Amino acid sequence: MTGAFLVLVTVAAFFVGSTSVGLPEFLALISGGEVSASAKSILLNVRLPRVLAALLAGAALAMAGALIQAVLDNPLACPNIIGINAGAGFAVLLVSAFLPGLFFVQPIAAFVGALITAVVIFFISLGMGASRLTVVLAGIALSSIFGAGMNTILIINPDAYIGASRFLVGGLSGVLMSNLTWPSIYIIFGLLIATFVANKLNIMSLGDATAHSLGMNVGRWRMSLLGLAALLAGAAVSFAGLLGFVGLIVPHLIRFIVGHDNRIVLPLSATFGAAFVVFCDLLARVLFAPYEIPVGILMAFIGGPFFIYLIIKNRKHGDA
Amino acid sequence: MRNNEPAISVSGVSYSYTKEPFIEGLNLDVAYGDITSIIGPNGCGKSTLLKIIDGLIEPFGGTVYLNGKPSLEMKGRQRARHLALLAQGARPPAMSVEALVSCGRYPYHSHMRSHLDTEDKEKVAEAMALAGIEHFRNHDVRRLSGGERQRAFIAMTLAQDTDIIALDEPTTYLDVRACHDIMQLVTELNRSSGKTIVMVIHDLDLALRYSDHLAVMERGSCICAGSVEEVFASGAIEQAFNVEVCRVPSKDRVAYTLFPFDD
Repeated sequence: MTGAFLVLVTVAAFFVGSTSVGLPEFLALISGGEVSASAKSILLNVRLPRVLAALLAGAALAMAGALIQAVLDNPLACPNIIGINAGAGFAVLLVSAFLPGLFFVQPIAAFVGALITAVVIFFISLGMGASRLTVVLAGIALSSIFGAGMNTILIINPDAYIGASRFLVGGLSGVLMSNLTWPSIYIIFGLLIATFVANKLNIMSLGDATAHSLGMNVGRWRMSLLGLAALLAGAAVSFAGLLGFVGLIVPHLIRFIVGHDNRIVLPLSATFGAAFVVFCDLLARVLFAPYEIPVGILMAFIGGPFFIYLIIKNRKHGDA
Repeated sequence: MRNNEPAISVSGVSYSYTKEPFIEGLNLDVAYGDITSIIGPNGCGKSTLLKIIDGLIEPFGGTVYLNGKPSLEMKGRQRARHLALLAQGARPPAMSVEALVSCGRYPYHSHMRSHLDTEDKEKVAEAMALAGIEHFRNHDVRRLSGGERQRAFIAMTLAQDTDIIALDEPTTYLDVRACHDIMQLVTELNRSSGKTIVMVIHDLDLALRYSDHLAVMERGSCICAGSVEEVFASGAIEQAFNVEVCRVPSKDRVAYTLFPFDD
């Protein structure tokens, strides 16, 4: 069902847009028929990279969210809330200000920024009696620091990043195929590895002592899987900007439907995350037509209230 | 057979949480095929000792041998095929009983494999039958009563198919009936499947009633180890807990009862 939704929204995203290029042109293109040069250009150079970017960012951020929630045993965590997105974004702006033009460096920098943040959060969550909300608060603090860093860079060097305002809220307009090459490799690699080792998360959910007794090196796997989440989130941020809440909403929805077995939750989160971002990006393009809003704004409108709902739910269960 | 070789041999083990030594030069042998209980007052180091035996914490000095092999040289999964630990107060995971029991097969899987083969499925079914939990195999572990939950976790350690099962306070938070049910299950596993059982247990009544051997710990060292009879005769329990242990008549076996000393 998730797969069908994915195919449907992906196809729809191809022929919905601010120009009148639509279904007939799309069908003509894929069947090898006559298409005007401008229609072809819109489909291949504007819509294709945008749809691909949405698929990749959605899958990566949803998978990263599912991983982080399981590794930190914290349903409130996701890449933007614990500051991983901001860490990656800061690193991206830093290299685009100081190493302009070197596009292949951006995903690497994003990964490093995401990883450093993840490690800091990891040690805070290990700390004595750190509750789930403490981790969230630490993430907000880290996000503020990185946010200040990003704004400083953009004030000192306004040309550091083309489309900086879109980057800061997370959006997919103007993404080029060349922006996607390296991130797509990282993301596909990360998605595959995460899916293969998903059972580790099930074992971890038994608690450290039991997981250890079953022969798992818990510390090493926790760190590796958090690193994998950082790789995925960093790669997505490098082209999609600070796109938030996908990693929060999608895994919760999937767990609500299929339960907690991570061998099912992880691949389904990635699939549905891809479909969800394509769908939201489509909405973002048409809701206020002819104006387009960055998909990150739409995501925040959906994700913010959902996050508040989760905090209240977490409180009620008394384990905040 | 390995009748002469202890299942677990703790040799000269030391550990400390602070600058002060907590456990120093501790020696303890756990006999093969017996039920051994480690008892002692709060903070005497019995849970720490169990963690050292399971490799959860590494001792500063000394060695632990499992079935004659030094455990520190074993890889995690290798160790997990010798010894299964039921951790204290394990948090119930969000999975079915059968899924939990299946986790016991983890030490036999490679990193990339998580599906169960025919042998795994047999072991899981066998473990659930032994623990008597087949009738709620599809229930969510979080919805079970304390006693049922403990049975499910014991079944997981059985699926691990080890010679030795270590239990850390297996009866905490259980009512008196459930305590005896769990201890009777443990005894049955020992008698019928020949599992070597080592447990840390708070309740002296249960320890005296269900163990073959006792090890009494006080302030980080083992002050007395031997059969229940020997340990009773030695007066070590009186010394460690400051209680009087009396033998009381019982219809089919030796029973003990405890009185606090008035001081």
